[in-house]
Amino acid sequence: MLPDPNSLYGPLDPAPEAGYENAPPRMGFFTDTSVCIGCKACEVACKEWNGVPESGLDLLGMSYDNTGALTANSWRHVAFIEQPRPAGHRASPADVLGAPVDVGPDRPVDAGPQFLGMPGAQPPGRGSGAEGRTDFRWLMMSDVCKHCTHAACLDVCPTGSLFRTEFGTVVVQEDICNGCGYCISACPYGVIDQRKDDGRAWKCTLCYDRLGAGMMPACAQACPTESIQYGPLDELRERAAARVGTLHDRGVPEARLYGHDPNDGVGGDGAFFLLLDEPEVYGLPPDPVVTTRDLPKMWKRAGLAALAMAAATVAAFVGGSS
Amino acid sequence: MAEAHPVGFQWVMEAKRRGAKVFHVDPRFTRTSAVADAYLPIRAGTDIALLGGVVRYILDNELDFREYVVAYTNAATIVSEEFSDTEDGDGFFSGFDPETGTYVQDSWQYEGHEGSSGSGHTAQERDSAAGLTHESHGAQVGGQTRRDETLQHPRCVYQILKRHFARYTPEMVERVCGISQEKFLELARAWTENSGRDRTGMLVYSVGWTQHSVGVQYIRTGAIIQLLLGNMGRPGGGVMALRGHASIQGSTDIPTLFNLLPGYLPMPHHAEHPTLDEWVDSIRHPGQKGFWGNARSFAASLLKAYWGDAATPENDFCYGYLPRMTGDHGTYQQVLNMIDGKIKGYFLLGQNPAVGSAHGRAQRLGMANLDWLVVRDLFMIESATFWQNGPEVATGEIVPEECRTEVFFLPAASHVEKEGTFTQTQRLLQWREKAVEPPGDARSELWFFYHLGRKLREKLADSPLPRDRALLDLTWDYPTHGPQAEPSAEAVLREINGYDVTTGRPLSGFAEARADGSTAIGCWIYTGVYADGVNQAARRKSRHEQDWVAAEWGWAWPANRRILYNRASADPDGNPWSERKRYVWWDAEKSEWTGYDVPDFEKTKPPSYRPAPGASGTEGIAGDDPFVMQGDGKGWLYAPSGVLDGPLPTHYEPVESPVRNPLYGQQANPTRKMYAHPVNSVNPSPPQEHGQVFPYVFTVSRLTEHHTAGAMSRTVSPLAELQPEMFVEVSPDLAAEVGLTHLGWAHLVSGRAVIEAKVLVTDRLTPLRVDGRIIHQVWLPYHFGFEGLVTGDSANDLFGISLDPNVLIQESKVGTCDVRPGRRPTGPALLDLVADYQRRAGITPGQHAPAVTTDDEGKEHGAS
Repeated sequence: MLPDPNSLYGPLDPAPEAGYENAPPRMGFFTDTSVCIGCKACEVACKEWNGVPESGLDLLGMSYDNTGALTANSWRHVAFIEQPRPAGHRASPADVLGAPVDVGPDRPVDAGPQFLGMPGAQPPGRGSGAEGRTDFRWLMMSDVCKHCTHAACLDVCPTGSLFRTEFGTVVVQEDICNGCGYCISACPYGVIDQRKDDGRAWKCTLCYDRLGAGMMPACAQACPTESIQYGPLDELRERAAARVGTLHDRGVPEARLYGHDPNDGVGGDGAFFLLLDEPEVYGLPPDPVVTTRDLPKMWKRAGLAALAMAAATVAAFVGGSS
Repeated sequence: MAEAHPVGFQWVMEAKRRGAKVFHVDPRFTRTSAVADAYLPIRAGTDIALLGGVVRYILDNELDFREYVVAYTNAATIVSEEFSDTEDGDGFFSGFDPETGTYVQDSWQYEGHEGSSGSGHTAQERDSAAGLTHESHGAQVGGQTRRDETLQHPRCVYQILKRHFARYTPEMVERVCGISQEKFLELARAWTENSGRDRTGMLVYSVGWTQHSVGVQYIRTGAIIQLLLGNMGRPGGGVMALRGHASIQGSTDIPTLFNLLPGYLPMPHHAEHPTLDEWVDSIRHPGQKGFWGNARSFAASLLKAYWGDAATPENDFCYGYLPRMTGDHGTYQQVLNMIDGKIKGYFLLGQNPAVGSAHGRAQRLGMANLDWLVVRDLFMIESATFWQNGPEVATGEIVPEECRTEVFFLPAASHVEKEGTFTQTQRLLQWREKAVEPPGDARSELWFFYHLGRKLREKLADSPLPRDRALLDLTWDYPTHGPQAEPSAEAVLREINGYDVTTGRPLSGFAEARADGSTAIGCWIYTGVYADGVNQAARRKSRHEQDWVAAEWGWAWPANRRILYNRASADPDGNPWSERKRYVWWDAEKSEWTGYDVPDFEKTKPPSYRPAPGASGTEGIAGDDPFVMQGDGKGWLYAPSGVLDGPLPTHYEPVESPVRNPLYGQQANPTRKMYAHPVNSVNPSPPQEHGQVFPYVFTVSRLTEHHTAGAMSRTVSPLAELQPEMFVEVSPDLAAEVGLTHLGWAHLVSGRAVIEAKVLVTDRLTPLRVDGRIIHQVWLPYHFGFEGLVTGDSANDLFGISLDPNVLIQESKVGTCDVRPGRRPTGPALLDLVADYQRRAGITPGQHAPAVTTDDEGKEHGAS
């Protein structure tokens, strides 16, 4: 079989491409953040099922997010983003409450709130379309490994520890991983991570062990509001498009999908999202690109360079003998 | 609800998906607010003003569901001319007795019933938290009443209600609650527009609502709105109480309370109920309408279940064996009694008062002054180690070497390590299987009590003392199984269900209960859960395999009925109010009630049935009286008895408030239960002086990540790491005012304690403009204590002890405090700081604030 011309970039069904015959439909997650209530049942269920160790008892001050990020020890991560009123609109209680009130002479008038959202140079939501927002919003999103169509982590893994499953998901085999860490810098989302005490790379397996038994991944099973939906990716994409339509009809024009498009930089995600703001607000890269996209070009260039070098060498010898 | 009940909240999200509009009222912007259509920040403790505003909005605009209101509520009933309202008494109803701080209710009665119904003087009812008996039924009232169905009579309930709430205008709501008129009107409009023939609206509250000195009246106000809008007894309506634990409903049905017996039968009082007859008559009130007419059968069957063959009609079924109340034996009175050395031993079962109860220091000092304390829990909790690790050890108030309490810690089996039922808030019993054996010495509660009883009976087997007969005559014969001799939980359920004493046949409904000793029933409202010898609570038919009422999932008391009073889902003639809200209706052809649910009505009593004059019991209930457990068959907009602090809800300020009551001279609930004890104190509130020493309002509640006092979450790393430290949420404005920094430390001081917490500065807390000034509120989780993987100071330490008069629940959702930057002092310096605040605030421990407050001119009030 000829390799798919899109084997490194562009739309692709990854399991057949990986060599599975009669592969089951590609399975994935659709995480609808518009119904997420931030209960973190997904984080707990994931840890319980997969035996993921504790990730630190630290109060981070990032709203109710004390997990911080997807790491080797947190395979689901619920982000909490507090979006205040538009910058400049909040000053003293007088402004907030609509009538002037004397709050004392020494009070700083524009002592703005400490921002509690995702880390960044400027508070998410304030730089991106906060104008026109009239009220406080608290966004919640359960983040997870995207199980990319073109998974750079897998492409760069020298041991074959990372592999593509028959469900089209990407899984680390912990008994093969040698802890080289190439996958970590390759991931365009910053998902896969090295565990400090054992050196190996860990991330969401989309509960590969449950899928094989016909069960739902632990996080989706635990989600009380069906914010995390699991199923064949085609169906999820249809459902997601319909949901966006419904939200637009109900006056939520900011609803948009993220990671659903097979034509994006990673060939579409196996785990995609419905967001209520720009991806950066949630700490997601706006335009992720598989880091191995340019591999053919690079090989071509490297090949050309090698050829040129060889030619030069030859020429040098030829020239030298002349 | 999303915060504390995320699993149940899935149905709110489902309703939202179908177009329901969700309003959230809370002092703090929570996970619920995040997904609600509208969020209304409210000043803690002012809910009656808000809901009273909705009542006024309904009445003023005549938006009540008039046909429902006239037929099914007591709106038309005429009240005694002796009654006078709080609007005329500056915060007092008629009948206040300043000596006891309670009401004499005679003047509240329906006309013509002044002497014959109601409770008369209610001081003793308050001590026994008698309001709790009304969880399954209304209070007593004479059956035949005078009515004016035009609702024009000046003393009909409708007109009284209208006058009572006339001043609860949108302006007043804004002034009292800090909620803008615009937001308030949005709520009032949505609520009324979504009620009526074709639509219903639902009110959902969590237990935080009950933890106020006027908590029962909060819920009463909600019930008044739901009755006026016709939202009771109908699908999609109701007042939904979300209770705090998995089986808190079960623990009042089959109570762990001092004043109740199973099925809401009251615990007898030594002076009031010397004989079985007097006890039964106090429950059934001869001559009253409704199903409590059968109280004797329920009472006799319970005693028969307790004492079996020994219980005979001749010896009043061993009524003499039942313990008697002699006064207030509530949990807070007990703690004070422990401090005073009057209580020697104590059992704690899955309870952690050192963290979870108000005034943690009093709890710990009390437990440190016992002879023995038995703690049964999953983990070594604060209430087991207070003598060693508690904050009073650091201050020198408890010296471990000298602490006299001997603590026995017994590991308990968790809910997956034992079988039994949970009863959830819809009164649904759900059986759960044992998944794994409990580890080590951990045992179920059932095992513990069964074998404790068995051993006590063995030790006393030869006792000639009459006092031991009650224990020795008990039926105590549950079959056991397995290596640990675990008693059979199904056998217990069968006894709860009840059986025919002669044949052993399980009863199929409480109508089969008999007063002659031929039936034994452990809890009459649960009769039917073991009908036909089948564990009905274990049914698990998927909702996808049955209709939307899902009657074959678990079993709901009473009689597997999913919506109470569902006769009200049909109009007076028995037809559905609308096709869309069809639920239970009269089938004229078959001459019976039918529908999706089990009808809450006598099956063949036609809508046209009218009782003969003088009829009582079930015969007294007319064919259009849906509220069959009420003495007059009607939903009570106005409660002539049963509620001790007033027939109508009235806005009183919390016991600790920075605000003078804008509505009445009377500042706080005058009937609240107060304890003058050296350990207890109350921060001053207007019109007392020095309130400014504690200028901020604090409120406490839950985080999704933790469970109650933290014993089951701070001890488990996947949960503990999600909220790893005690914190306080403050608005950016307050942070600037006090000088707090995000993730820095703050300490909070009340007249009882000082605690410290990390600071989260967040827009989710907002200052409110109340009565022309800014009120800052701070919020704290109450989950933290000094044991477990993650620890912190306990928020409940800040509270004093003041109780609601009806059910003796503490006011632990609102108080006043000072907020200061930095960490708190430690050791004796901590006590000095509290003492300094007490001095500055003029607090004398052991003296409570005056119950009756006159207005600032010093006018006399109350004793009318």
